[in-house]
Amino acid sequence: MRRFLLPLGIFIVLVIFLGIGLTLNPRELPSPFIDKPAPAFNIPQLHDGNKTFAPTDMKGKVWLLNVWASWCVSCREEHPVLLDLAQQDIVPIIGLDYKDERENGLGWLQQHGDPYTLSAYDRDGRVGIDYGVYGVPETFIIDKTGVIRMKHTGPITPQALREKILPLVKELQGA
Amino acid sequence: MHKFFLSLLLATAFPVMANEAQPVAADPVLEARVQKIAEELRCLVCQNQTIADSHAELAVDLKNQTREMLQRGMSDKEVTDYMVQRYGDFVLYRPPVKGSTWLLWFGPFLVLIGALAALFLKLRRRRDQIVQELTSEEHEAAARLLDDKH
Repeated sequence: MRRFLLPLGIFIVLVIFLGIGLTLNPRELPSPFIDKPAPAFNIPQLHDGNKTFAPTDMKGKVWLLNVWASWCVSCREEHPVLLDLAQQDIVPIIGLDYKDERENGLGWLQQHGDPYTLSAYDRDGRVGIDYGVYGVPETFIIDKTGVIRMKHTGPITPQALREKILPLVKELQGA
Repeated sequence: MHKFFLSLLLATAFPVMANEAQPVAADPVLEARVQKIAEELRCLVCQNQTIADSHAELAVDLKNQTREMLQRGMSDKEVTDYMVQRYGDFVLYRPPVKGSTWLLWFGPFLVLIGALAALFLKLRRRRDQIVQELTSEEHEAAARLLDDKH
């Protein structure tokens, strides 16, 4: 009987490790940007190509930078959550239309609603690379001094908004 | 006649394909450097491929970014550092040796040492069992058994 104990023990340890592995999400990478200044850019806006947007325009405010695109399927999933958040007028949401055609992006906002204070237009994905974007949608929470405090990869769920994003926004706004 | 045309078509088709396979940049030295760096970087969309292997849009963008940075005269290390700054260590196919990756690098050797130690102990215990001297009673018992056989 005793000689089975050791293999059984090893087996149980292995199962525990594999079990932990199953609950992890390999898509969710720790962002190296947390607590670092948001990379600077200055690019045209989506609605009006003559106007530009730069993160420094938002100095003094807590804001969300939401990377989206008309071709992005999971953006549709999070869109109602963003529209709802925009209606509550708690925090400005700046959109970054990533690797999109201008008319497709504009059409998409017209069809599904526009939760964004404004959208910047990243035609060739340069800004996306600078922000380490690898899967749209992604959302960055940026504080009053322009430092990235949190990154949410994938669609924002009502739960993530309620339990993680909004508490942090309130805390940062109070600071 | 048909066959003749067919072979003529085929003969003209191949050079066209060969043209398409030409590298994008005319500079083979630069292209080799891009390729070498691309083989070290992980594609973040299809995580088990390098950006050299992947045709995902992000991988193509990162390859273009690499090419541009090299054209601007940046070193290979500056390019990989740029990628790590944006995507983290995960973008490297060969993770750096540091505190948080220590187990990753040396864990397998620890397991090997552990297994060797277990094997060594087991073998020594077995040898001890064999070498154990018989008591005089056991000698007598053994002799009796052997005598019975005759």
